[in-house]
Amino acid sequence: MNVYVCIKQVPDTEASLNIKEGKRINEENIKWVINPYDEYAIEEALKLKEKKPEIKVVLVTLGPVRVESALRSGLAMGADEAIHIEVADSLEPQITARALAKAIEQEGDIGLVFTGKQAIDDDAYQTHLFIAEYLGLPAATNVTAFSFQGDKVIVEREIDEGSKEKIEMALPCLVGASKGLNTPRYASLMGIMKAKKIALKKLTLEGLGMKDIRHKVVAEKLVSPPEKPQGKIIQGEPEEAVKELVRLLREEAKVL
Amino acid sequence: MANIGVYIELKEDKLKKSNREVLGFARRSGRDVTAVIFTNNIVPFLEDLKGVKQVIQVKGDDLAYQPDIYADTLAAVIKEYKLEDFLAIYSAQARDLFPRVTVRVGNASLVNDCLAIDLDNHQATRPVYAGKLLCNYKIEDEFRIFTIRQNIFPVEPAGAAGDPQVQAYNLVKKEVKSKILEVIKSASKKIDLVEAEIIISGGRGIKAKENFPLLQEVADLLGAGMGASRAAVDAEYATYDMQVGQTGKVVNPKLYIACGISGAIQHFVGMKTSKIIVAINKDPEAPIFKKADYGIVGDLFKVVPLLKKELEAVLH
Repeated sequence: MNVYVCIKQVPDTEASLNIKEGKRINEENIKWVINPYDEYAIEEALKLKEKKPEIKVVLVTLGPVRVESALRSGLAMGADEAIHIEVADSLEPQITARALAKAIEQEGDIGLVFTGKQAIDDDAYQTHLFIAEYLGLPAATNVTAFSFQGDKVIVEREIDEGSKEKIEMALPCLVGASKGLNTPRYASLMGIMKAKKIALKKLTLEGLGMKDIRHKVVAEKLVSPPEKPQGKIIQGEPEEAVKELVRLLREEAKVL
Repeated sequence: MANIGVYIELKEDKLKKSNREVLGFARRSGRDVTAVIFTNNIVPFLEDLKGVKQVIQVKGDDLAYQPDIYADTLAAVIKEYKLEDFLAIYSAQARDLFPRVTVRVGNASLVNDCLAIDLDNHQATRPVYAGKLLCNYKIEDEFRIFTIRQNIFPVEPAGAAGDPQVQAYNLVKKEVKSKILEVIKSASKKIDLVEAEIIISGGRGIKAKENFPLLQEVADLLGAGMGASRAAVDAEYATYDMQVGQTGKVVNPKLYIACGISGAIQHFVGMKTSKIIVAINKDPEAPIFKKADYGIVGDLFKVVPLLKKELEAVLH
C-alpha cells in the first residue's frame, strides 16, 4: 500500500524577499526548505510506516530542478520513494493539483494521501483539497489529530479558537496536516546517506497527458506592502510611560 | 453585469460579524446581489440582508455544516443562478468549503484571503509569503470565487434599502465522504483572534505558561483576544491556536499589544496590518520597536500590571 505525501519547496520563513521583474521573487540567496506544514504530513506518513512496515511512503512534488533537494530531505527523514514532476516554473493551484493527482493515480495503490494544509509561499489554501476532489477522495484540512478506527480514519480539525471538528472518513482519504499533529523528526546521518542513493522518479506534464495548460488565475503584479513609519518610544519611568501610552491610545490613536 | 453571490456564514445560528463586510462590499458594487444562507428561519437575518435583491434560503432537516453537502448545494446554487462572482469570508469554514465548491462548479477559480477586489476587471489583490508581499491576480474564468480577509472591508448599514425576495432551496444531499461527527468546543470561551478588535500577545519574554494569566487580566479588561509568538508556542507557554505569524494565524485588529515579543519577521507578518501596534519589551534593540506605533522599553512583568491598573482607572 502506498501512502503519498505531497510536498512543496518554499522559501524559509525567515527569508526577506525581493521582487524581480514585477511578477516574481528574486530567488538568489534564498534558503529553500520543505513547506513547514508538509513536514507534519511526512512525519505522519512515517509514523504509519513504523506500525505497518508494508507501507511505502512516496513523496510527490512539482517544481523546477531545485525542488530535488526538498525530495532528498524528505527521503532522508525516511520516505521510500520520490516523484518529481519537473516544470520550469511554479503553476497555479488547479494545474498543480491536477498534475499531482495524475501522478498519484498513475503510481496507484493509494492507501492514503497526506499534504500540508497550505504552502507558506503563495498561501493559496486550496491545492490539497483540489487533489482530493480530482481523485474523488474524502478530505479534511487543518488536521491536528489522526487515528484509525476499524477501517475508517478519524481526524480532528481545528476550527475557531480551540474548537475542533471530529471527522470520519473512509479509506483512502486525504489529510491536510497542521501544526500540532506531530513533531517532525530530523533526518539521521544514515538517512541522509541512504537518501542519496534513491533514484528520483521524473515525470513531465506532457507525460501526464497535460499538454496544453492555461492559467486561469494569472499573477500580474507583485508589490511590497507599504512600510509602517517608525513609531514612538515612550520614555520615562514605567508608571509615567504607561500613563502616556494609555493617553496616546485613547486620544491620538483612538483605539480605546 | 455579472450577478454577485454572497455566502452568509452562520456560527451557532448567528451571523458571523464579517458577513457584514462582505455584504457591504457586494452592495456597494451596484450590482444585483444574491445572498445564500443555510437556515430554516430567515427572520433574524432580514435586517442584515436589506439591500440584497434575492436571498436563497437553503432549508433542510439537518443544516449542521457538512463539507460535502454544503459544497454540493452551493455549487448547484452558483450554477443555477449564474452567480459568476461569488464572495465569502475567509474563515475556517471557507478554507474547508470553497476549494470543494470550486471544483464542483467546474469552470471556476478561487482566490482566497483577498484584500481588494475589482469585480469589473476580474482582479483581486491578496497577500503572499504571509504578507511579506502582495500579489495582484487576474482571474480568467467563467465563475470567480473570492474569499475576503476579515476586518479589512468597511461595514456600512444598509440604511433605507429594501427587503430582499426570499426563495427557498432544498439542501442537496449526495454522497457524504467526509463526515463531521461532532464539534468539540473549547472548554474556555476564547475570543476568535481573526475577528478580534484588540489582541494582547506574549512571546518568549513571558518565560512560563503560568505567567500568561497576567496578560489574560488585561485582555479581560479590554475584551481582547489572547495571542502568542511561535517562540512562546514552541516553548509550550501557549497553545498553537494562539499562535500569530507565518505558520499561525494572520490577524488585523485595531490594537495589537506585543509583550515580550522580539518581533521576528515570522511573527511580524502575522500582525503587521494591525491598525496600532504596541510593543513592550525590555530589550531596546528588539526589532519589534521598529514596527510598533508605540513602544515601552521595560520589563513586561512591571509594565503589564501597571497597564492593567491604568486601564482600570480610565475605563471605569
